[in-house]
Amino acid sequence: MSEVPVGRTRPGTWRRVLLRLLYAVALPVLLVVLWWFASDDSTDVYWPPLRTVLKTFPDVWTGERLRGDLRPSLLRLLGGYTVAAVAGVALGTLIGSYRRVRAVCEPVLEFLRAIPPPVLVPVIMLFAGIGDGMKVTVIASGCVWPILLNTVEGVRAVDSVMAETARSYGITGAAGLRALVLPAASPQIFAGLRQALSIGIILMVISEMFAASNGLGFTVVQFQRGFAIPDMWTGILVLGLLGFVLSVVFQLIERRVLGWYHGLRASSRRSP
Amino acid sequence: MLAKGRSMQELLVVSGLRKVYEGQGRRVEAVRDLTFTVAAGELVCLVGPSGCGKTTLLKCVGGLLAPTAGEVSLAGSPVSGPPPGMAFVFQEYGRSLFPWMRVRENVGLPLKQKGLSKQRRRELIADALESVGLSDAAGAYPWQLSGGMQQRVAIARALAYEPDVLLMDEPFAAVDAQTRADLEDLVRGLWRQRGITVLFVTHDIDEAVYLGQRVLILSGSPTVVQEQLKVDLPDERDQLHTRVSPRFAELRTHVYEQIQAAKRGEPDGLRKDTPPLH
Repeated sequence: MSEVPVGRTRPGTWRRVLLRLLYAVALPVLLVVLWWFASDDSTDVYWPPLRTVLKTFPDVWTGERLRGDLRPSLLRLLGGYTVAAVAGVALGTLIGSYRRVRAVCEPVLEFLRAIPPPVLVPVIMLFAGIGDGMKVTVIASGCVWPILLNTVEGVRAVDSVMAETARSYGITGAAGLRALVLPAASPQIFAGLRQALSIGIILMVISEMFAASNGLGFTVVQFQRGFAIPDMWTGILVLGLLGFVLSVVFQLIERRVLGWYHGLRASSRRSP
Repeated sequence: MLAKGRSMQELLVVSGLRKVYEGQGRRVEAVRDLTFTVAAGELVCLVGPSGCGKTTLLKCVGGLLAPTAGEVSLAGSPVSGPPPGMAFVFQEYGRSLFPWMRVRENVGLPLKQKGLSKQRRRELIADALESVGLSDAAGAYPWQLSGGMQQRVAIARALAYEPDVLLMDEPFAAVDAQTRADLEDLVRGLWRQRGITVLFVTHDIDEAVYLGQRVLILSGSPTVVQEQLKVDLPDERDQLHTRVSPRFAELRTHVYEQIQAAKRGEPDGLRKDTPPLH
């Protein structure tokens, strides 16, 4: 009769956490060490020693530069990503819920999502200009597809017994969306959001390389054009770190929101 | 044949119910012509050979499926969609409870939809969970519980809803025998305590006889009511004694024979309330 406790601390938990941390850190450390020694006596202008790159780092990425370049990039990414998430989930729910809408929309969706988003940058520049609006539009237009398509699949796959249960208790319409459809589709929606995040970072950089006066993509291109090669490499490092941090943040949020899903999967693995 | 039923208030009336599934050039007549009534406070079991359209019937009664012909009415008004006075307990408890909600929220969700106050909801949830013996599990997720416990949660959710009629679709078909006996006693106990009306679908003959005041034996597909049997066992039933009583054996044998006849497709000429005494 007793419920299974969640997240109970067992003896040896700390050892396991440390071990996992060790596994996670081992390869990155190894790669950095390799890079360090492989590049240590490099005299190639384009391939400076890591030592030089790291020494340049604090000079390049000052507070001012973080404010002036990192912040606008992040804001554009956030804006585009949010627009894509809202539009993707809303449209995906609509398309997933009605067979007719799906029949009408599906061919168009297949066509649109086959277009590589970077190619839209010059097109979008034509009507959205070269300001932040263009960049947000580019990011949103690339991020929306995985979110939209995954939401459609998630909404379509709502369990029939759950749907009938909700219906028998009169839980339909907006209440049905909130209590049943969106939570049931949430694992799929999150899969789409995860794909969209990496697409978003790529498009953020690309859109800033085309026409911009600040931002990470712009900065990296500026350094390259000015032959400030170590500085350029620091920009690459910052982009890598940014991607890493965002993915960790995403995982933390996902663990929280989809805690039930991971628990459910773990419990069905134990007793199929 | 419903001498007693007529004097009582007839809560649920099913008349001439017919359901034909059409699709992809195939026409399947799941239910041909079903007529029966359930009085307020009655516990009626529907039993029939597997694949005889029991689930279809129950879904039509619950307003989840629209019948092709005929009518279902609850307390005098026709059922055209899931009516507020009915609660459904499905066989697939694992797919009927929402895994993203804790037990407490699962039980409370229909009450929220009903627009009850937070205070009232809390009372109903606590009361329902207590009466199925799961007060401790309010904060657990359904998938942390055993199958039997999950089905108890589904029953608690139905109870908290305070339905006039409780529809149960083979609710214990997927749990082990021990749990099943416990749950059968739970349902009978709740029925006697709370005076709710229960329509219980099962393919298990013993279960139907043990639980029901009346057993409706359905024919094979396309389905009609083969026989209505009044279960004249005492109201006090328990797993140990009731199941070994001679009358129980007679009744179950009778139902078994009827179902075998139904499978062979023999119509039953003699429609009577009780089987002959040997």
